Amino acid sequence: MVHVCTIVPISLTVGANRIIPAVAIPHPLGDPTKTPVEEKIIRRKLVDKALKALQTEISEQTVFSE
Amino acid sequence: MSFRVVHYINQFFAGIGGEDKADVPPELRQGVVGPGQALAAALGSEAQVVATVICGDGYFAENLEKATADILQMIRSCNPDAVVAGPAFNAGRYGTAAGAVCAAVSKELGIPAVTGMYPENPGVDMFRKSAVIAKTADSARGMKDAVPAMARLVLKLLRKEELGSPEAEGYLEQGLRKNFFTDVTGAERAVEMLVNKLAGKPFVTEYPMPVFDRVAPNPPLKDLANATIALVTSGGICPKGNPDHIEASSATKYGEYGLEEFDLLTASSHETAHGGYDPTYANNDPNRVLPVDVMREMEKEGVFKKLYGKFFTTVGNGTPVANAKRFGAEIAAKLKKDGVDAVILTST
Repeated sequence: MVHVCTIVPISLTVGANRIIPAVAIPHPLGDPTKTPVEEKIIRRKLVDKALKALQTEISEQTVFSE
Repeated sequence: MSFRVVHYINQFFAGIGGEDKADVPPELRQGVVGPGQALAAALGSEAQVVATVICGDGYFAENLEKATADILQMIRSCNPDAVVAGPAFNAGRYGTAAGAVCAAVSKELGIPAVTGMYPENPGVDMFRKSAVIAKTADSARGMKDAVPAMARLVLKLLRKEELGSPEAEGYLEQGLRKNFFTDVTGAERAVEMLVNKLAGKPFVTEYPMPVFDRVAPNPPLKDLANATIALVTSGGICPKGNPDHIEASSATKYGEYGLEEFDLLTASSHETAHGGYDPTYANNDPNRVLPVDVMREMEKEGVFKKLYGKFFTTVGNGTPVANAKRFGAEIAAKLKKDGVDAVILTST
């Protein structure tokens, strides 16, 4: 499981192991200030990152910020 | 001369607004605001609330470092003897902010800082070691007990009196151990505890074990192209009309809903049931919380084999940990049974 969320410290506290920092609390996988096309690119990048994290070997809680 | 106290509260208790105003940046006001009135009364003549710092919970959570620095600057400018934050009850972001402010105040200004939270507030685990946290009820209904408890603690600290045990003083354990002298040896105390335990009688351990809820990381997904991926969210996305009436806060249930017929979620097909964030963005485009559009696209491109035919959803807003644990276990069992290989969990 990979956790896509904005408040990373809470995710770390509750014990998620693979963490992807997201955009903002009310729209973790979107950005209403962008055009719909740009927004979808942002979302695609985050999901891509999440899928990469799922395929990454880890030994402890890991925040995939890059 | 009385002590000078600065009070930290969020936008809600300041009367600025609810979630729609959660993005307001820090602001300094002279005197008391909102619950500050009760705090001033509880402090009596020994201390006065000279100023109030207000910050939106959302703003704080999304700008941790800047918000902490700006708030610290405002507090410093008031030249206080102590800071009181909250009480935050079971509000997660408020608790996190109040805890962070207290931790920064103790560290940077070296003056007492006291907050108040419900023991399950996520801010407790993050800041229990660096802040004195009065134990409160889970909602503002507990205000009349919380404020005097916080006032009592901060006055004690201002008088430079030593705090007694967490149980005696009504604050949450900080993970500290204190040495003391006793006539009874460790061996005798241990045997006494054991005898009580065997007899089914109560006993108090001298060395409580920490409660860590940790699982070892799962091995990585090996074959993405052949994987079935499921979407799960605590962001409250549900079919329009919230057919199962998932609660806007303190959820007692989760929902499972079909995704087969959707290439994307729209404002007319889905909405959020969540009462803890401004729902405008999620209601206008639910893919912002549950990325069905992108997942469907990637499925068609063959990035992975299949988007699992259902999604699971609940509202993570003051939800008791025990409930969340049960939801998680049940959802995981269902996903496992249906051969799902991996899960993307999104949270707001």
